[in-house]
Amino acid sequence: MADPEPLLRLEGVCKSYGIGTPVPVEVLHDIDLTLQAGEFIALTGASGSGKSTMLNIIGLLDRPTAGRLIIEGRDTSALDDTDVTSLRGHRIGFIFQHHCLISAFTALENVMMPMLVDKAFPSEAMRVRAHELLAKVGLTKWQDNLANNMSGGQQQRVAIARSLAMKPGLILADEPTGNLDSKSADDVFALMREVNQSEKTTFLIVTHNLDLAARTDRIIDMIDGRIVQSSAEAQANAKA
Amino acid sequence: MTSWLPFEWIAALRFLREGRMQTIFILTAVAIGVAVIVFMSAMLSSLQANFLKRVLTSQAHIQLVPPDEVARPQRLSTAGSMVAATIQRPTQRTRSIDQWQTFVTMLASWPGIVTVSPTTSASALAIRGAASRSVTLTGIEQDLYFRIVRIPDYIVSGTAQVLTDDILVGTDLARELGVTLRDKIIIRAASGATRTLTITGIFDLGNKGANLRSTFVALRTAQALSDLVGGVTTLDLTVTDIYAAETIARAVQAATGVEADSWIKTNAQFFTAVKAQQSSNTLIRLFVGLSVAFGIASVLVVSVIQRSKDIGILRAMGSSRGQILRLFLLQGGLLGIFGAILGAGVGGAGLVFWHSYMRQADGSEIFSLIFEPSLFIGAVVLAGLTGIAAAAIPALGAARLDPVVAIRG
Ligand SMILES: Nc1ncnc2c1ncn2[C@@H]1O[C@H](COP(=O)(O)OP(=O)(O)OP(=O)(O)O)[C@@H](O)[C@H]1O
Ligand SMILES: [Mg+2]
Repeated sequence: MADPEPLLRLEGVCKSYGIGTPVPVEVLHDIDLTLQAGEFIALTGASGSGKSTMLNIIGLLDRPTAGRLIIEGRDTSALDDTDVTSLRGHRIGFIFQHHCLISAFTALENVMMPMLVDKAFPSEAMRVRAHELLAKVGLTKWQDNLANNMSGGQQQRVAIARSLAMKPGLILADEPTGNLDSKSADDVFALMREVNQSEKTTFLIVTHNLDLAARTDRIIDMIDGRIVQSSAEAQANAKA
Repeated sequence: MTSWLPFEWIAALRFLREGRMQTIFILTAVAIGVAVIVFMSAMLSSLQANFLKRVLTSQAHIQLVPPDEVARPQRLSTAGSMVAATIQRPTQRTRSIDQWQTFVTMLASWPGIVTVSPTTSASALAIRGAASRSVTLTGIEQDLYFRIVRIPDYIVSGTAQVLTDDILVGTDLARELGVTLRDKIIIRAASGATRTLTITGIFDLGNKGANLRSTFVALRTAQALSDLVGGVTTLDLTVTDIYAAETIARAVQAATGVEADSWIKTNAQFFTAVKAQQSSNTLIRLFVGLSVAFGIASVLVVSVIQRSKDIGILRAMGSSRGQILRLFLLQGGLLGIFGAILGAGVGGAGLVFWHSYMRQADGSEIFSLIFEPSLFIGAVVLAGLTGIAAAAIPALGAARLDPVVAIRG
């Protein structure tokens, strides 16, 4: 029996910076990686090991210098900027470390934003969906607050609601709890897990917090631009 | 979020609102520039329109006058010899236009010509007791002439009626001769003919020279005094399209062989002045426009830098480069349009205020204000386009931002 088509595959992905300069630096070396639909994964590694770089490539914000990225069976290397943008908007959600809401808009409007960007004109349906999502992250009361007037933990919860707006298959989170106190970090992490289980959305979460990483299905550990462990065995190590 | 506005408009308005200080400052700058332009342009066009009105209600649009007399020396010229001649310009007599009745009939049905008014002018002396003043005597068919020059509007005492023995004089001439309404004065024409006329009306043309020199009598009276019985020295014409006057004048001259001068030609100085004003006005507009453009551009350059994180996030959420480009072009356009609306209001209000303060000595207005809607609409549209053009470079920069770099901040 053939494996079902994975959510996403990286095949021999390399990334170099400074191409064309006297000293190009390769920061990702020949990465092979497969993510299955519905997985809840932690991406760990020392600072500078290439976690964000890999996340940006997976999220179609950046392109690999070599290798292929296949999302839901589609090879993305052949896509032009417009197609890449559209694929990113529809299939991938992002949660960044800090200030990742747009401060000129309210919480509700931030959650509507991916839908607005997609459809151009706001609609009642978008508002209703944004409402539901804010309810899911427990911020109904805050919906009309400007992003700036909310705590870090609340902002990250709005960001989670926003990342879900387009019902993406994959959510990429780059240190989503990096700026939060441990209680808030815990809540945000729990929320992501809950969404993962209820919506079957795949999460790939960069974190330095090994306790949080231990609560995922799988840990991908990076050293110097290479994946050194990607399995439940890492999970066992983390727990030990 | 208003549901009839698309994403770019919503975001542009929010960004402008959030960057309140920058927005207020640049709006003020744009408004000042536009206010200056609106104030200046409206004032100039009011002045011009008023001047035109004054010119065109006090003179003919086209005048037909007999040609200058030229000396034609009779000389024997033999081949191979040269003759050095000094030709003196002959003194100009008052002459009639040949076949003027024919021309009156012809011009009355000429397309574009409204009124044809024959007049006879002559120099004369106005005498009262020991005092005498030299005046220009204009003999008129009053019904026709008043359609061209509205003497009745300028009458300060008496009426504008001129029968055979009547004369209309200006206020200054009346004062200098020490006469009033119903007094009699003696007119002695250059031809030597003399006549006693009764003052039936005194006018004020608003100009001392004119009030001193102009006098109006019946056409027959002027003809008799200047020895030109049955003749006229001038045909005054008005036309429907005043700017076509020169073209019509050329055509009339070609058809009649009589020199035809349009108001455009006789007021060449005015048109030169208007041209000079217009070109300096254009220069000022250009420079104000440039400084508005640079102001908007510099605000947006800073805004793109400040908002690079937002731009990165929007790109990550799936906004296209085109959306980002339009978002910033729109901000430029909106700054231009709102600044211009403010400025047009301030400029217009300033003009009304200034106009109510600037009064002639007698308290009457110097000129009447004319507001053309096209000036305001034009200013707003142009400022909007200037804003969009000014936003081009920052907006392109924003659209080209690498989202990875933008998000990292
Ligand atoms: N634009 C760039 N130009 C040159 N080098 C870069 C650039 N971006 C990242 N790098 C380098 O690539 C390497 C990996 O960076 P990356 O940001 O992916 O690390 P990271 O694992 O996310 O680190 P951290 O935990 O600190 O966020 C680093 O050595 C970094 O200096
Ligand atoms: Mg990183």
